[in-house]
Amino acid sequence: MLKRVDSQKFKEFNFQDFPDKNGRFGKFGGRFVAETLMPLLLDVEKEYEKAKKSAKFLNEIDYYFKNYVGRPSPLYFAERLSKKLNGAKIYFKRDELNHTGAHKINNCIGQVLLAKRMGKKRIVAETGAGQHGVATATVCALFNLKCIVYMGETDIKRQAPNVFKMKLLGADIISVKSGTATLKDAMNEALRDWVSNVNDTFYVIGTVAGPHPYPMMVRDFQSIIGKEAKQQILQLEKRLPNYLVACIGGGSNALGLFYPFLNDDVEIIGVEAGGKGVKSGKHAASISKGKPGFLHGNHTFLLQNKDGQIEDAHSISAGLDYPGIGPEHAWLKEIGRISYVNATDKEALEAFKLCTKLEGIIPALEPAHALSFLLKNKRKFSKKSLIIMNMCGRGDKDIYSIAEHLGMKI
Amino acid sequence: MLNRIDQKFINLDKEKKKALVAFVTSGDPDFHSSKKIINSLPKFGADFIEIGIPFSDPMADGPTIQRSSQRAIKSGINLAKTFKLIENFRESNRKTPVILMGYFNPIFQFGLKKFFQICKKVGVDGLIIVDLPPEEDSLIKNYTQQYNVYNIRLVTPTTNKERLSKISKSSKGFLYYVSIMGITGTKKPSISILKKSILKIKKNTKLPVLVGFGINNANQVKEINKFANGCVIGSAIINLIEDSKKGNYSIEKTLLKIKLFLSKIKKGN
Repeated sequence: MLKRVDSQKFKEFNFQDFPDKNGRFGKFGGRFVAETLMPLLLDVEKEYEKAKKSAKFLNEIDYYFKNYVGRPSPLYFAERLSKKLNGAKIYFKRDELNHTGAHKINNCIGQVLLAKRMGKKRIVAETGAGQHGVATATVCALFNLKCIVYMGETDIKRQAPNVFKMKLLGADIISVKSGTATLKDAMNEALRDWVSNVNDTFYVIGTVAGPHPYPMMVRDFQSIIGKEAKQQILQLEKRLPNYLVACIGGGSNALGLFYPFLNDDVEIIGVEAGGKGVKSGKHAASISKGKPGFLHGNHTFLLQNKDGQIEDAHSISAGLDYPGIGPEHAWLKEIGRISYVNATDKEALEAFKLCTKLEGIIPALEPAHALSFLLKNKRKFSKKSLIIMNMCGRGDKDIYSIAEHLGMKI
Repeated sequence: MLNRIDQKFINLDKEKKKALVAFVTSGDPDFHSSKKIINSLPKFGADFIEIGIPFSDPMADGPTIQRSSQRAIKSGINLAKTFKLIENFRESNRKTPVILMGYFNPIFQFGLKKFFQICKKVGVDGLIIVDLPPEEDSLIKNYTQQYNVYNIRLVTPTTNKERLSKISKSSKGFLYYVSIMGITGTKKPSISILKKSILKIKKNTKLPVLVGFGINNANQVKEINKFANGCVIGSAIINLIEDSKKGNYSIEKTLLKIKLFLSKIKKGN
C-alpha cells in the first residue's frame, strides 16, 4: 500500500498551477450549476482573485488567525504513540486547539472576510456534524452578520450540543427534511437559498467541494495548516517529513495540510471513512468505492447507484459522512500523487481510545481515522520515518455518541 | 428533417397562438400512471411535453418537484424506462415535441453516446440540462449536433447582457426564461418586471422565449403571453398528481383533474 513517491513522475506538474482558469483539476472540478448561480460564482471568483492580492485582506486574515483562532497551532511530537509505531516519529499538527475546536474556522475567517468585502449582509452555510456550522456562526457573530445554517433533520438529532451552540451564537438553524435529511441535502438546500437570495447573500461552503472557485478558495484558506507544519518540521527536525496523513470527508483539512507539500518528495495518504467496512455498502469511501459523476456543482468521485442517483454515506463520524469528495482529491488520486485508503468505524474507535489514554488528547472521530491507519500499518514504518498527522478536531463534540458506542451513559 | 420544436413554433405562429409546455416528472407517481398522463397531455392542450428525469439531488427545484422525483425514483424509474415512456408516446403521437429536462449526472452515468442515440431513436427533440451552463457543455456539444437534439438554455434574472449573448448563441429551439430568482414552484413573478426582462431578451435573440418557474394560473398565462411566446407549467400539474396519490384516486380521476386544470390555462392562451 505504501509505495515510494516517484517524484520524477510529477516533475511535469507544478501543483500550484491548479486549478486552471475554468476551475479544473485535470477533468475534475468545474462549475456545474444552474444559470441563476453562474453570474454569482463568476463574481465571487473575481472578488477572490482581487482579495488574494490585497495586502489589507491578507493582513486581516493573519490578524484573526493569530489573535482569534490562536494560530500557529503547535506541531507536537506524540512520543508515547510513536513508541507503538516501531519508533517512527509521529507529529500531530494540532488544529484541534483552534478556537471552536477544529480546522473549520480557518476557512470561515477567510470566506466571511471576503463576503464582507463584497458587501454581503447575510451568510448561509451547510453543516453535517455541526463543526462548520459552529465556526460559521462564530465568525458571523464576530462580524455582526446574519447567519443561516442548513442542517439535516437526522444530523440535528445526533448533534444536539452543536445545534445549541449555534443558536447561542445567534444563528438560525433550518432543519432540512428533503432527500435523506443529511449533509448532502443541507448543501442542496443552502444552494437553493443562495439562488433565491442572490443579492445580499454569500454561501460559505465548508469543504473543498462545490463549484469553482470554492474548492480552490477553501484549499487556499486551509493551506495555512501545511505552511505552518512545513516551517515547524524544518525547524524541529531539519528535514521534510516522509509521510503526511489526514482523514478525508470532503477533504478540507487534508488538502490544507497536503497542498504546500505536493511538489515535495513526501508520501501522502488520505484516509476515508470505511464505516462498517467498504464491502458492507455502509461507508463514506467515495474514492475507493465511488465513480466519477456530477453533484453540487463539480465533477468528482461520488457514491451513487447505476442510475446515477446519489447514495447515502455512512460513518461513525458525522464530519466524514459525505457521498462525495473535493475535485482536487479526485484528480490527485487519478494521477497517483496521493494514496487513498480507509479505516472502519471500529478501527477509528480503537485509535480514539488509544490516543486519549497515551497522549491525553481526546481526538475527534475524524482524525481518529487517520491515526488508525498509522496503527494498522505500523510494520511499514521504521525508526527513520517521520510522520505528520493532522489532528484536525477535538473530540468534545463526539463524547455522547462515543459513550453510546461503548455502552456507557453520560 | 426539421426539428419538431421549430415545426411547432411555425404552426403556432400561423395560428397566432402561444405555446403551452406541460411538465411532468417521468415515472411519477408510477410507471403506468405516468404513461397515461404523458399520453394524454397533448389532448388536454399541451403543445410541448417536457419530461423531468428524476434525480436524487435536484438543486434548482422546489419542494413539489423534489417530492415528485423521490416518488418516481422510489417507484423504480430510470432513464431506460423513461425512454420506454417516450417510445410508447410516439406510437400514437408523431408531432408533439418532447423535451427532456434534468440534471447531468443520471445522463452521464447512462452513457452520453447511448443517451443521444436513444433520444434520436425514440423521438426526443430537445434537452434542458439544468446544471450544464454554456461553460461546461463541451461534453455534449458534438452529440447534440450529430443527433439533432436541441440544447435549450435557461436565462434567469441574474443573467447579464454578456452572458445573454453567449447563451442565445448556444441555445436552440427556444430560450427558457426562469421568471423568479429561486427554485421551481415557489415565488410568483411580477408581471411588469417580467415584461421588461423578456423584451430585453427579445432584442438579443430571434429565438422564441418561453417563461417558466412559478406559473400556475390562467390569468398569469394570459398576461405573460402578451409579450412572451408561451409558458411552462410544472409544479401546478405535479401538485394534482400528488393530491391524487394522497387521496388514492383512480388514474381516470387524476386525468380528469389535469384536463380541467389545463383547459382553464388554455383559456388564458
